[in-house]
Amino acid sequence: MGTVEHAKAAGRFIADEPRTNWHDETLWFVRQKRDHAASLLNGWEELRERASQIKNHVLSNLDQYLIQFEKNAIANGAIIHWAADAEEHNQIVHGIIKNAGVTRLVKSKSMLTEECHLNHFLSGQGIEVVDTDLGERIVQFRKEPPSHIVLPAIHLKKQDVSETFHEHLHTEKGNNDPNYLTGAARQHLRNEFIQSKVAITGVNFAVAETGGIVVCTNEGNADMGVHAAKIHIACMGIEKIIPKAGDLSVFLRLLARSATGQPITTYSSHFHRPDKEKQLHIVIVDNGRTQQLGRPDFRNSLKCIRCGACFNTCPVYRRSGGHSYHNAVAGPIGSILAPNIDMRKNADLPFASTLCGSCSNVCPVKIDIHDQLWKWRQILVKEGHVAMGKKIMMQSMAFLLSRPKLYRFAGKWGRKIMQSVPILVSNKLNPWYKQREMPEPPKQSFNEWYKQNKK
Amino acid sequence: MKIGLFIPCYIDQFYPQVGIASLQLLEKMGCKVFFPLDQTCCGQPMANSGFAHLTETCNTLFIDHFKDVDYIVCPSGSCTLHIKEHLIDDGRPALADRVRHQVFELSEFFTDILKVEKLDAFFPYKVGFHSSCHGQRGLGVSSMSERMLPYFSKPESLLQKVKGIQLSTPNRSDECCGFGGTFCVFEEAVSVKMGKDRVMEHEANDVDYITAVDMSCLMHLEGILKRKGSKIKTIHLAEILNSK
Ligand code: SF4
Repeated sequence: MGTVEHAKAAGRFIADEPRTNWHDETLWFVRQKRDHAASLLNGWEELRERASQIKNHVLSNLDQYLIQFEKNAIANGAIIHWAADAEEHNQIVHGIIKNAGVTRLVKSKSMLTEECHLNHFLSGQGIEVVDTDLGERIVQFRKEPPSHIVLPAIHLKKQDVSETFHEHLHTEKGNNDPNYLTGAARQHLRNEFIQSKVAITGVNFAVAETGGIVVCTNEGNADMGVHAAKIHIACMGIEKIIPKAGDLSVFLRLLARSATGQPITTYSSHFHRPDKEKQLHIVIVDNGRTQQLGRPDFRNSLKCIRCGACFNTCPVYRRSGGHSYHNAVAGPIGSILAPNIDMRKNADLPFASTLCGSCSNVCPVKIDIHDQLWKWRQILVKEGHVAMGKKIMMQSMAFLLSRPKLYRFAGKWGRKIMQSVPILVSNKLNPWYKQREMPEPPKQSFNEWYKQNKK
Repeated sequence: MKIGLFIPCYIDQFYPQVGIASLQLLEKMGCKVFFPLDQTCCGQPMANSGFAHLTETCNTLFIDHFKDVDYIVCPSGSCTLHIKEHLIDDGRPALADRVRHQVFELSEFFTDILKVEKLDAFFPYKVGFHSSCHGQRGLGVSSMSERMLPYFSKPESLLQKVKGIQLSTPNRSDECCGFGGTFCVFEEAVSVKMGKDRVMEHEANDVDYITAVDMSCLMHLEGILKRKGSKIKTIHLAEILNSK
């Protein structure tokens, strides 16, 4: 595994326990807000089922819906581009920007461009992208990736933000007042918006029936950027399609409630056609999605609407932080998407879970996330992406447990040894023992007791 | 009604009292209990680590041992779930399918099959209930905080029938304890942190015991409690239901 493994990165995160507690509690608070919002809506579970069915239907007919979307979008005056992978996506976007002759532009609400590492690519071409969503801008200043798909700077406290802004925006040192800090960011971003000729946005939903796209934001930056700019580039994965505008009544009700517990995002911006003398480019990206679609066990991970609910509920994510997942999309959903792109690099992620199942329960489109984690584990092991020590441990275990007599013999002697020489297991090399006591071995196993008392 | 008692390997080796309590309870309720002596393990530790292909013999043994009973009862939600979801036998698919449907976790067996209404048990302590994920979200022995569905809990409804008991639920009523099979060693830091956080909530409730339908969660919590020198003890649900 090339990157730092999840377990190690998580260990470092947890080393600062008060901060871990704060991270955990903040996200748990969001999860509770989600619970409350969901409980106020009649028929929440039916709505999830409906959303899941619509998405399943789309995945089964994706080719047709994409063509329908393209046709209607072109008729509306949009320019459609198709990108097979991240590289092609970046090239296309770069081409549009180069044609426009700009070297600085604004961007809002796009996880896809994170996935494609667009900012990095463009900066290599001498083009600077200014992320305009507050959290994104904060992590961008710090040269960090987002740690959460909805709350990108959730790993940072207001003190951290204050320091970052002091350095980059020359705010008062030590002033941690959130109002003051957002005010400063607003001032700074206003200038960027006014000057930018090109605006990039993501896409939450692309409606096949109308050829329109919908972007959901709380800060309104997608609108600000697009309305001030001459050229709007909207980047979307192929799975963002929904059949009808009416389907939005299902998805918009689920999205914000699942994400933050709001009934709806502050802005649901519908873009259909470019204004006079302006351009709307829509870049439709595959980047591994059709490959995932071709894996029967994992295809329904493409139903994801990127609400982040599975992050907020995940007890592992809350205690290990988004960066420990070393992938643009972290958390439980990231752990089932990432191995599709690169098994070797992401082989640790499906194991960063207790399989508690909470993610699948909160998911508004009913992705069986924890079952897919289990299935990825089987594949990764078969493909050889497993440490030798673990492999030997599992093989010995299977050997022992396949032989009842040997198992009873080993159990008996194992317990005896634990009793007489506890240091053999109660030592620092045993990760169990590092922070936990070993169970006390009883004199008799149940089996031995049974034979003595019952037979 | 012939019951096969399945005692998972780690309960057999480390917590025989849980097996004894389960057996005695079933017998008290008039069940004829059969305990196959050559049983070992459901295969879950390997399968959840990505080595399901090594569980073939465990599967064969399990089917051989339990193919002649009406129900298989197991005092572990996690092992029960594993059998229900992953027991396969390419040579005997129909039999494997039948066995998968015959296996029950202890509390759901008492509630759904035996329909236990009264219990002759006495346990005068304050008990914190830990909701084990595989029993809860996997088998559905209780409602779940994420789902907007009516509340119910099979294990808690049984505990409520115990005289003298004072039940308490932590604030985060169904957060995972962090055991997770081999997760507990390969993701040691997160695992322990999750366990410590569960323990803290039960400490705040000033409980005498923490109970659950899964001994594996309790083994992990017990390890943390003991290291801390806490006075809180862990106890399996079957032991409480069997107390006098
Ligand atoms: S997998 Fe489900 S819960 Fe997680 S981000 Fe996607 S839609 Fe939301």
